[in-house]
Amino acid sequence: MTRPLTRCGQNEVKRGMAMYLPDFDYYAPASLPEACALLAQSGPRAKVLAGGTDVLPMMKKEKIAPEILVSIKKLHQLTGIRETPGNKVVIGARTTHNELVNSPVLQKKYLSVCVAAHRIGNNQIRNVGTIGGNIVNAVPSADLPPILIALGALIKLTGTGGERDLPLEEAFAGPGRSAISPDEILTAVIIPGSSLTGSTYFKFAHRRSGALAVVGVAAAVTMEGEVCREARIALGAAAPTPMRAKKAEELLRGRVVTEELLEEAGRCAAAESKTRTSIRGSADYRRDMVRVFTKRALRKAIKDGHS
Amino acid sequence: MQAIADKDGVKRYLVTLHINGDSYTRVVKANTLLVNFLRDDLDLTGTKKGCELGDCGSCTVLLDGKAVDSCLILAVEADGREITTIEGLARNEKLDRLQAEMINHAGVQCGYCTPGMIMSAKALLTRNPHPTEREVRQAIAGNLCRCTGYVNIVKAILAAANEEVGEGSGDE
Ligand SMILES: Cc1cc2nc3c(=O)[nH]c(=O)nc-3n(C[C@H](O)[C@H](O)[C@H](O)COP(=O)(O)OP(=O)(O)OC[C@H]3O[C@@H](n4cnc5c(N)ncnc54)[C@H](O)[C@@H]3O)c2cc1C
Repeated sequence: MTRPLTRCGQNEVKRGMAMYLPDFDYYAPASLPEACALLAQSGPRAKVLAGGTDVLPMMKKEKIAPEILVSIKKLHQLTGIRETPGNKVVIGARTTHNELVNSPVLQKKYLSVCVAAHRIGNNQIRNVGTIGGNIVNAVPSADLPPILIALGALIKLTGTGGERDLPLEEAFAGPGRSAISPDEILTAVIIPGSSLTGSTYFKFAHRRSGALAVVGVAAAVTMEGEVCREARIALGAAAPTPMRAKKAEELLRGRVVTEELLEEAGRCAAAESKTRTSIRGSADYRRDMVRVFTKRALRKAIKDGHS
Repeated sequence: MQAIADKDGVKRYLVTLHINGDSYTRVVKANTLLVNFLRDDLDLTGTKKGCELGDCGSCTVLLDGKAVDSCLILAVEADGREITTIEGLARNEKLDRLQAEMINHAGVQCGYCTPGMIMSAKALLTRNPHPTEREVRQAIAGNLCRCTGYVNIVKAILAAANEEVGEGSGDE
């Protein structure tokens, strides 16, 4: 008996997945209105191109086949990180992960965001991938949404119909589906001024680098002495979209923080999570890791400030 | 950017890329990846293709001084930008210190990851001439080597950094 030369099964490389991209049209509009008009007029045939670290692999794997890519590389108002008078931090959508890591504003105010950005992919990916792409791509395991949701971030969107702000936690419709309409461009992420005294993000992955989260847990708290005045917990890779663990938050509000209370909050967040089994971990394992890392994230946000 | 459609309606775009100090003006299709532009259009085959999905780092080049995977960048996106490839490191037949130390420390076995590895290290030393071992390991975390176990690669990069310190200048 001779054995077939090619093995069939899940790992077989599909013919056509030759790592070359199909043909498409490319535009790099010089203004935001022009870009939105182009997107509106092209409908689902078009896709925004930021860093391309999600779009191009998906095109190579033939998961998407846009006929038009609209590059936002010339939209310079989408860059930069600044503090505004209302104590807000405004982050341009084109800001790369390494720009987040190296931002003096973020290092001073929300080191937790730098820490989360530093855990993404590898150095090459962090030099190119953007905060806007990480959000709009809407993957449940994305590393930036949990910490940004915990900090109460809003996103700024511009479409042909005008501008709007949306709480980041409302920006996700399902795995790989954002709630942003196809003619809209995410221009900035806003972290509002708040009384939060600490925040942190734990990414639990199989390797330190180049691995997606098994679970990601972000916590932000307002402490007054031993009493927790406010708590916000956001989970990644624990549900079809990034989610708040609202019951666990409620449990903490107004209570004197003890180790037992943190344990209870962890158990509560695990019960709220809607984990599923994937190649990175079973639903049960992930749920238990939500418990462990919720506790650790809360403990760190309480003790170490924005870290 | 100028675009011309051919008889099948496929558009071509006029781009100028500044690579290793030379400017190249070419007509490319939108779907031309930077790695294929370098290898196929310019014969700069030192930049390797591995996974082509951003995991392995074989195709690492410097884009405006930063290490990037050239398999995930369109040539049209790199229009007008500065690119350095492995071919751009040696000066007047003299190897870059990183190249020399990779040889001295046997950081090269099959050699396939070497160009990308060196480009990541080059970006690191330009930004941070005194890296710790941890910083070196972080800088090359996006460059996979299946032969060496990384130990000699890390030694080579640290040795190259120490020489730069010794001579008291950041470059050359
Ligand atoms: C090897 C590798 C490792 C990775 N590791 C991680 C990881 O550890 N953690 C993680 O979270 N992610 C990871 N990623 C995923 C990816 O790098 C990030 O999600 C990145 O932030 C995407 O940004 P981008 O600019 O490259 O997006 P693009 O690929 O350009 O775009 C992604 C999506 O967002 C849309 N989009 C982008 N910008 C805008 C905008 N301003 N307005 C409207 N729509 C927009 C695009 O149309 C597209 O649908 C990895 C990717 C690779 C290839």
